Amino acid sequence: MRTHARPWWQRALLTREMLTVLILVVAWIVAASVVQGFDGPLTITYLVLDVAPVLLIALPMTLIIATGEIDLSVASVVGLSSVTFGLLYQAGLGLWSATLVSVLIGAVCGAVNGALVAYGGLPSLAVTIGSLALYRGLAVGLLGTTAVTGFPEAWTDGATENLGESPYPVITLGLIALAAVFAVLLHATPFGRNVLDIGRSKEAARFSGVDVKRTLLILFVLSGAVSALAGVYYTLRYGSARGDNATGMELQVVAAVLLGGVSIFGGRGAIHGVVAGVLLIGVLGSALRLESVTVNVINIVIGTALVVSVVAPRIAGGLRVRRRAAAGQRT
Amino acid sequence: MKFTSVLAAGTAAVLALGLTACGSGGGGDDAGGTDAVTITVLPKNLGNPYFEASTTGAEEAGEELGVTVEEVGPDTASPDAQVPFINTAAQQGVGALVVSANDPTAIGDALEEARSAGTKVVTFDSDTEPQFRDIFVNQASPEGIADKQLELVAEQIGGEGEIAILSASANATNQNAWIALMEEKLASDYPDIELVETVYGDDDDQTSFDKTAALLQSHPDLKGIVSPTTVGIAAAARYVSTSEYKGKVAVTGLGTPNQMREYVEDGTVEAFALWNPTDLGYLATQAAAALAAGDITGEEGDTFEAGRLGEFTVGADGEVLLGDPYVYDEANIGDFDF
Repeated sequence: MRTHARPWWQRALLTREMLTVLILVVAWIVAASVVQGFDGPLTITYLVLDVAPVLLIALPMTLIIATGEIDLSVASVVGLSSVTFGLLYQAGLGLWSATLVSVLIGAVCGAVNGALVAYGGLPSLAVTIGSLALYRGLAVGLLGTTAVTGFPEAWTDGATENLGESPYPVITLGLIALAAVFAVLLHATPFGRNVLDIGRSKEAARFSGVDVKRTLLILFVLSGAVSALAGVYYTLRYGSARGDNATGMELQVVAAVLLGGVSIFGGRGAIHGVVAGVLLIGVLGSALRLESVTVNVINIVIGTALVVSVVAPRIAGGLRVRRRAAAGQRT
Repeated sequence: MKFTSVLAAGTAAVLALGLTACGSGGGGDDAGGTDAVTITVLPKNLGNPYFEASTTGAEEAGEELGVTVEEVGPDTASPDAQVPFINTAAQQGVGALVVSANDPTAIGDALEEARSAGTKVVTFDSDTEPQFRDIFVNQASPEGIADKQLELVAEQIGGEGEIAILSASANATNQNAWIALMEEKLASDYPDIELVETVYGDDDDQTSFDKTAALLQSHPDLKGIVSPTTVGIAAAARYVSTSEYKGKVAVTGLGTPNQMREYVEDGTVEAFALWNPTDLGYLATQAAAALAAGDITGEEGDTFEAGRLGEFTVGADGEVLLGDPYVYDEANIGDFDF
């Protein structure tokens, strides 16, 4: 058994993930005490509703990035599923069936990505930039510049309703449940261990018996299906199925995942960090908007936080290597 | 071990937060007070010259009325990007929200929540469904648009002769409504003007250009072209400006100053019409202030004073009409940039 320099509780607290959680708490306290209107009852409701689709998609994205791959087509799948959901409803299909078919279409979209990456051996960056354009093109092409509206109020209200008198929307329960499922999947199953092994080294994982191709395919299918589910939610929340829904959301998702401490090179990551990353972006956006900061500045702030969260570990890693080398010379 | 990286990332996030805190020093003190009314203006998107003009009008009204006018908005014109800004207005409890809707229903829930938090909602330029807002400030009525275009073309061709219409697509709802009104009015009020043909350029620049050429060839006595679409009028003006018909065939209709500037300056186009977005923003803000102050409720028949534009009456469905379209010509086109 390895001995560690620090006791287990220090190791648990001094992780990259806990740092994001800590920053989130600090951000919340600062915002609540400084920003007018932030501590009002509506903040939590809007925050959850706003981050819900990002959070949903960030869950499978965490696993994909933990393998060292990426899926940039997610927001386009949201748009496509929004359109298919709307068109199927318009064609007279029940809403549950429309949801199911849309999620299946999303899974197929993910399977196409996954097959090209896992079995075609192509870089996921290139594949999913291509399908980002392809799926968005299909979405906008199917519906043009029009929108499908007029969904039953029971459904649209369900997407935004609060739990009783609490400020938490009903969907909070679903989000927590799904986050728990992905946390268990990543942290407590052989599948999750395989994901992290692939991220550390594909070759080593293959030699130790991990079916790398199958694992990657499953992850991309999950990503497509969950993105499509987010698309259905998105449609109901805004009561409008449009081809341009969620344009550009992939950047928010990737930003949240990286802010949450998942390594862009794969091999490490944890769901609680990503949840904190998603909420952090939500809190920053909400606080800055309350201060009437323009959208460009909000993008600059979130972009800077993202770049720093990617660059800082590299710089720190470089420093550590140099320090070790210096220490090695002395002995 | 990893603590250095933890610290580095921490510093970054704290920096980001610092920006939040700095921002509050400037804007937080006056934004939250209940003594001064704040009106939030939410265009379809920022960086759009048309809405920059309407915001100029909104700020002008704000200064005159002594209310704070704040413009916020997304960088893309999509309804989902507008919703967080509507939510923010509700959180801030602003007196009124002046919004140009990117979708008639998609922002409805957010607007309803803002209204239940006490914020008055005025739509301008693009309306939502009536139940989501208190007042819609409509830029122009179909009758006003039809009449103004006939007035312009009649004046430019000397009250008699052949004219043609270059429309958008054959099933464009707005254009067809305007054309039907123009045909009625021609029959009743302009006996010496004959509408010889209506062609459709599909709001495509090249198609509109070709249709203009065909019109001029097949009707040698044509004296004027009316194009009730911004794409059509610009294409028609471009064709006429480089042809033998320049100065002989009048081109008018609905256009934007930036598209039409060179044809007005080179004499191809004498005058064209569109509403004035600055006045539109001004009126919408005046209406919002009147609602927030409790002077009006948005009921049909309510009247309010709108500064330099005079008195307005709320019509059916909470609509307020800006008035007749605004005429742009050589004398005033330099004042506009949209």
